Amino acid sequence: SITFFELTALHNIIFSSCHRHRHRHIHHNFLRVSKKPQHKGNYHSTLLLPTAPLSPHNSPPTQTHRKQYYHNRKMSILEYNGAAVIAMAGKDCVGIASDNRLGIQYQTVAMDFKKVFKMNDTLFVGLAGLATDVQTLDQLLRFRMNLYELREERTMTPQVFTNLLSNILYEKRFGPYFAEPVVAGLDEKGSPYLATMDLIGAIETTKDFVVSGTCDGNLYGMCETLYKPDLGKEELFETLAQALLASVDRDALSGWGGVVHIITKEGVMSRELKGRQD
Amino acid sequence: MGDSAYSFSLTTFSRTGKLLQIEYALNAVANGRTALGIAAVDGVVIATDKKFASALVEGGDVSKVEAITDSSGFVYAGVGPDYRLLVRKARKSAQAYFREYRETKPVGQLVKSTASVMQEYTQSGGVRPFGVSLLVAGIDGDGVPRLFQVDPSGAYFGWKATAIGKNYVNAKNFLEKRFQDDMELEDAIHTALLTLREGFEGEMDGHNIEVGVVSKSDGKFRLLTPEQIQDYLDEAN
Repeated sequence: SITFFELTALHNIIFSSCHRHRHRHIHHNFLRVSKKPQHKGNYHSTLLLPTAPLSPHNSPPTQTHRKQYYHNRKMSILEYNGAAVIAMAGKDCVGIASDNRLGIQYQTVAMDFKKVFKMNDTLFVGLAGLATDVQTLDQLLRFRMNLYELREERTMTPQVFTNLLSNILYEKRFGPYFAEPVVAGLDEKGSPYLATMDLIGAIETTKDFVVSGTCDGNLYGMCETLYKPDLGKEELFETLAQALLASVDRDALSGWGGVVHIITKEGVMSRELKGRQD
Repeated sequence: MGDSAYSFSLTTFSRTGKLLQIEYALNAVANGRTALGIAAVDGVVIATDKKFASALVEGGDVSKVEAITDSSGFVYAGVGPDYRLLVRKARKSAQAYFREYRETKPVGQLVKSTASVMQEYTQSGGVRPFGVSLLVAGIDGDGVPRLFQVDPSGAYFGWKATAIGKNYVNAKNFLEKRFQDDMELEDAIHTALLTLREGFEGEMDGHNIEVGVVSKSDGKFRLLTPEQIQDYLDEAN
């Protein structure tokens, strides 16, 4: 089901390109797909499909003519760019991984888009969702964390970071950042810390794994199947890699390889994953 | 704060480079009732005397030593109403901090933000500096006991032991002689009471002094009850 924010943002993105109201006099060479709007007013989100022009002259492409007319699915703003992020706890280590795809709906635009960001040697955050918000949140978090470390003269613990992130998201409760983060780190004692939250900051901490992204269902399934507690760092890497790759292969919006970071007290091991490039 | 009709500061430099309003504020502090604090290896104690103008005063509900967070507290010397404002602001800022980070605001951060407020009032339009010096006592998550003094100018200092208010010079000399780096909390409380008694006119008992203690064992700031104070006083006798 679609939430209020998604609908209003959806309206802004999609309907700016829909010229139903603006060019009533132009001969439309489009066929409306559904018979009647199911919802009142502007919230109807089914898009128009093109048909062959009925006259020898093609209707001149307007500025708002977009390739997105070629699909007829309901689009969610959290699925606009596509992402898969996963984090798991091992024995005195945590791993966090993401895919590399950046798309604009079905069109892939980049195969090296970073979604996992290092905050410090023992704290990583992965952000899945609208790419602009992923990047902005990374900048905001870095900003807040740097100020904290300068003021308090100590490093930020993962618990404090998670609460800070939750606060930042909730500040925008009625116009949120469209990103669902995953926090992975080692606390002061060196034990693994995992947390996730929704786009408005509801925190969930777990002991085993956390996932986020357009294929989160697939990721949950793979994690539930492959996860074992107290894995060593090499086994954790294998488990994360397999879970991620199998999940994104069944999702059109994520994939194009991935990156995995394994965090231990000694340091961070980062590896690129080669997967199906589609 | 600075939302009065005055857009110019009332605290301005004299020719010799002094901010006279701050000097005068320090005078107000020096006329206030003595307050002192001692940081031991396993805790911090702060104390002040609570002598009232007449025997008719009901002093049970008015506190000079106030908790700010679970693990830190203030005491002051100077103008009481100014102090209450600072306590309110510090408590609010500590709660806002907890809301943001879900962690108790560390003593050092508390001191910095309170000092920052006090400094604002020396540079904003239409306001005067606070007529109080604060002693801030607390223990952070790292278990290190801390004692700070904050002045009307907004300057702050860390102390092992100090006194402010009336008679502070004698009190500080007394503390210097008695203080030891390996002092424990119990000794510190005794020393604090003895130091207070030095400048006390009349008989000191559990009802005319206030003592606040934060101990490393539980990290909680609490006020001693009059009975507990009386016990310490009896031991000291």
